[in-house]
Amino acid sequence: MQLGDENSADSGTLLALSDLVLRFKGHKNDVLDGVSLTVKRGEVVCVVGESGCGKSVTAMALMDLLPAGSATISSGNLDACGLNLDLTSTCLPSEMRGNRIAMIFQEPMSSLNPSFTIGDQIGEAVLRHKGGTRTQALDRAQEMLQRVGIANPEQRLSEYPHQLSGGMRQRVMIAMALANDPEILIADEPTTALDVTIQAQILDLIRDLRDETGMGTIMITHDLGVVAEIADTVAVMYGGQVVEQGAVGEIFNNPQHPYTIGLMSAMPRLDNPVGRLAIVPGTVPTIANMPQGCRFRTRCVFATQACAERPKLSQIAPEHDVACHYAPLEVNVSVAI
Amino acid sequence: MKHDLIIEAIDVVKHFGDGGNWLSKSPVVQAVDGVSLQVRRGETFAIVGESGCGKSTLARVLMRLLSPTSGSVLFDGKEVSTTTGAALQSLRREMQFIFQDPFSSLNPRMTVGKLVGEPLEVHAPELSAQQRREKVADLLRKVGLRAEYAGRYPHEFSGGQRQRIGIARALASGPRLIIGDEPVSALDVSVQAQVINLLGDLSRDMGLTLVVIAHDLGVIRHMSDRVAVMYLGRIVESGTTEEVYTSPRHPYTKALLASIPTMGGKQGDRKATVLGEMPSPSAPPSGCRFHTRCPYAQAKCKTDAPALQGAGTDDHQVACHFWETIPNEAVIAETPQKTEAVEARFALYRNATDGGTVTHLLNQSTKRN
Ligand SMILES: Nc1ncnc2c1ncn2[C@@H]1O[C@H](COP(=O)(O)OP(=O)(O)OP(=O)(O)O)[C@@H](O)[C@H]1O
Ligand SMILES: Nc1ncnc2c1ncn2[C@@H]1O[C@H](COP(=O)(O)OP(=O)(O)OP(=O)(O)O)[C@@H](O)[C@H]1O
Ligand code: SF4
Ligand SMILES: [Mg+2]
Ligand SMILES: [Mg+2]
Repeated sequence: MQLGDENSADSGTLLALSDLVLRFKGHKNDVLDGVSLTVKRGEVVCVVGESGCGKSVTAMALMDLLPAGSATISSGNLDACGLNLDLTSTCLPSEMRGNRIAMIFQEPMSSLNPSFTIGDQIGEAVLRHKGGTRTQALDRAQEMLQRVGIANPEQRLSEYPHQLSGGMRQRVMIAMALANDPEILIADEPTTALDVTIQAQILDLIRDLRDETGMGTIMITHDLGVVAEIADTVAVMYGGQVVEQGAVGEIFNNPQHPYTIGLMSAMPRLDNPVGRLAIVPGTVPTIANMPQGCRFRTRCVFATQACAERPKLSQIAPEHDVACHYAPLEVNVSVAI
Repeated sequence: MKHDLIIEAIDVVKHFGDGGNWLSKSPVVQAVDGVSLQVRRGETFAIVGESGCGKSTLARVLMRLLSPTSGSVLFDGKEVSTTTGAALQSLRREMQFIFQDPFSSLNPRMTVGKLVGEPLEVHAPELSAQQRREKVADLLRKVGLRAEYAGRYPHEFSGGQRQRIGIARALASGPRLIIGDEPVSALDVSVQAQVINLLGDLSRDMGLTLVVIAHDLGVIRHMSDRVAVMYLGRIVESGTTEEVYTSPRHPYTKALLASIPTMGGKQGDRKATVLGEMPSPSAPPSGCRFHTRCPYAQAKCKTDAPALQGAGTDDHQVACHFWETIPNEAVIAETPQKTEAVEARFALYRNATDGGTVTHLLNQSTKRN
């Protein structure tokens, strides 16, 4: 992620999304309120935040996969694959999708077709983008299954999705996404439905592929543990805004935003458990009830009138940006008990 | 040492399916296959394990929502696995269930007041309508909801609030034991913490015993006094949570703990990763059921099923032939020390959420940006 840099002509940058503002039809409030993300070659960027904060919508919007006509984009620019797209009027050309930018969806079962074999589905993805013969496509499919650690790949090619376990289906999704050597992989909660032992295998796999191919990855998750395990850089989202972003070490060892600190305090720990968990009070407001300014202010214990004005995402340390009027808290706030 | 037990399972087996007949073979699912456990009065006891290992089935047998294929369940020392009629009715008052999914476990056409009041109609028919309403208001307040919510419907509430409604409903009959099947798994971290705190408060203040099923090992560490780790229908390790987490002795427990991504460890330095997936409970491996995935498996593991045996201390039990020869090392990475400034920031946050008075030293004209 390129920090504090509006113009990402940097040669290592694979994708730069800036200032995406999106509203669903029939709503009076923006769901995404100025989201920016940058991915460099060989980098894993994790987008983290609670349910409904706009992680999937961000990914779907930049891939142009939201239902046609369901949303309006009032601001947003996408720099990727040598193109510079004004998202308010254009969108990602469909031939880029699944080819140079690939996506793994949140629900693996609903994105595999139950009535086609695994081989047909991966092969079809290869044929569509790479061309060649059916045999070549099936060979590629088999190679990919092997790469993602599926035993007996030749036999699996002729099986149907329901014959595979959840962990295997998720690997098939990854194999399919990676079959055309994409430059960028967008993975939406790729391990959330899986057991931890399988999750560990998938995370290892994504890391290996990144090292091998230099692919850039946007990984969406709500699990801070997963983020710590795999991210190079992290964007923390709340209510359609990126509230904090930076190098993974910065985010975990020097969190600055009250929401990030709240999330970390609320997470039950494996080592030395505390008596009572600190909480983030209240719940995420609905889009209709989302406050203006800092959208976290209705749940923030440090909020003041000033927070009705939106705090800018700005640098607080090297490779570290935060959007809070009162960061760093230990300098600007005191609490008496 | 003799403990005061509230519920005890003795060699409980629960198989599904009858094996079919000579025309169509349908395999028997050995969901729970010989589980014994003892839950002490007032404690929080956790059952942990991967999807499909039999946690929910075991909980349903304990709750007498399913009857076991064989074995017994004792509640207050009395056999309950065959209880029916009025005795079952009164047993139902003593133990209550909290479900994973706060969305589908509440009837959408009933008001909150009706949902929470319904168990009272059954278990406390002597109450007048007015007394019942007061009791419902009381229960709602106890779980941190406003009494006025009684007139609203479940869809008007968030996930965390619905889980509170489920808890209020479970408390209505005045149970002594509550079994929660993944009670916080569907909730976001920030809301999850609120519900975990609530359950902790309730169990302490009301002297409740909790049995909690979860697959999140952080949640278990935080909530429970003792824990049993299940793998393919059997308990492979049990003990105090502290001991099982800091000194796991079963290779499966080690692998499970090592698989959890933590905020503490360095990237990619996982100590043990189990390969492959859990075999099907309709065709479990012979001998030790973990042998197909165990890095320490030897010939004996394929043929002999290891029994749970004492592993050093009083409470700690492990079912592995070779637990004594497998190195006993910590697998959970410790969280690195925070710097002073970050420590101060977290303390400010905690004090402020605990109701401390916040003063802003920064005046508005000099605020950032
Ligand atoms: N097609 C749609 N029409 C209207 N609102 C939508 C649509 N899709 C998503 N939303 C809303 O947009 C918000 C953001 O949703 P999104 O799916 O991006 O959340 P998320 O961060 O991915 O959450 P989760 O962790 O639950 O997947 C939510 O409030 C959701 O209800
Ligand atoms: N009514 C049933 N009929 C047949 N098989 C069943 C039935 N209920 C559960 N099973 C099977 O028994 C095994 C154990 O299931 P159970 O629901 O107890 O697992 P679990 O540990 O609770 O898993 P999860 O974490 O996914 O909830 C699974 O293989 C499941 O498919
Ligand atoms: S800007 Fe204000 S409301 Fe937002 S996080 Fe900072 S203190 Fe809280
Ligand atoms: Mg999503
Ligand atoms: Mg279950």
